[in-house]
Amino acid sequence: MNGPHDLGGAHGFGPVIAEDNEPVFHADWEKTAFALVLALGYTGVWHIDDSRHGRERMPPADYLASSYYEIWFAGLQRLLIERGLVSEAEIDAGKSLSPPAPLTAVPAEGVMAKLMAPELYERPAPAPARFKIGDPVRARVMNPAGHTRLPRYVRGRTGRVAAIRGCHVFPDAHCGTEEEDPHWLYSVAFASDEVWGPQGRAGDEIRLDLWEPYLEPA
Amino acid sequence: MADHDHSHLSDMEIRVRALETLLTEKGYVDPAALDVFIDTYETKIGPRNGARVVARAWADADYRKWLIDDAEAAIATFGFTGRQSEHMVAVENTPGTHNMVVCTLCSCYPWAVLGLPPVWYKAPPYRARAVADPRGVLADFGVTLPETTAIRVWDSTAEVRYLVIPMRPAGTEDWSEERLAELVTRNSMIGTGLALSPETAS
Repeated sequence: MNGPHDLGGAHGFGPVIAEDNEPVFHADWEKTAFALVLALGYTGVWHIDDSRHGRERMPPADYLASSYYEIWFAGLQRLLIERGLVSEAEIDAGKSLSPPAPLTAVPAEGVMAKLMAPELYERPAPAPARFKIGDPVRARVMNPAGHTRLPRYVRGRTGRVAAIRGCHVFPDAHCGTEEEDPHWLYSVAFASDEVWGPQGRAGDEIRLDLWEPYLEPA
Repeated sequence: MADHDHSHLSDMEIRVRALETLLTEKGYVDPAALDVFIDTYETKIGPRNGARVVARAWADADYRKWLIDDAEAAIATFGFTGRQSEHMVAVENTPGTHNMVVCTLCSCYPWAVLGLPPVWYKAPPYRARAVADPRGVLADFGVTLPETTAIRVWDSTAEVRYLVIPMRPAGTEDWSEERLAELVTRNSMIGTGLALSPETAS
């Protein structure tokens, strides 16, 4: 979706301001919001592409006015309601008003095993890779309303395949489903001046990991 | 402004606590599990992990080659595995090429080696400008590269996570891994900074 999250190349946000000796969290609620997102995610009720899509559907003005943990919290509430795990009335009341859905909490003693276990996204290839290293490729022009990981700033731009990452779960199909629909994933190099024209810089390069359905021969 | 910020935070505190109560009552979360998630990323997993990886790559040529060829396996020898670092790629800075990592679409970051990302990494100014004006971003961090150095920006659009191996500072030839690790900053492993020089570190 062409949402507020797709920020590459946007102007007007000002300089990057880094905080010296920044703490991991800035408030207790950030800790809890973070942990709730992870705890619910590990129940398996939704997956990472669902979580991302839950956040990027926040209304654009709200998204840009929110801190990242506010965005996470809003995305969590959205998914909880959409999946029927809680109702808006329950969120407003801060207590349960109906029987729970069948969902098993991750116990404290199970957390470290979950965090340390690689959750791999590479899958056996259903077909040979269409492109090889060095091939010129164009990022397709597309504007899907649903979840995608093809940023606007490279759509229609030509790059070359710099590496092949294997065959990975395809977010556009995976989101909202259990359908993994794996596709070949390529590291595609775009010249800065191909993407940004006169505001780019010859010699500089941007590399994106892009799935085969995002690409066409150039 | 301070009053506004205060009431804003209090509002979030109330809303998040209310949801925690609700989800606990429903049986969807174990409150003790929440503490483990928080403690892990506050005290156990952070950029010191990545610094150890980089220091070994500087000190040991065979390890450096392994890290570049198969970052997942090379990093896993330290026990640094798991969430948000499932598919790892290490990219090496040289006099000719400087690497910088961003996630323009959200906040993808190699948690197992760097911990949770700082606020600026997740905020619009960095996500907007890193791909379009990396030299301007570096200037915000007080870093100026030679004109002859090309910049390669890695936009983390898939589940591949990137670790930058910064250039080893001069004057550290006989240093141990432990001492070298002290020179490796978080930002140098994102590519928004350089490793500290021995003079700066002391």
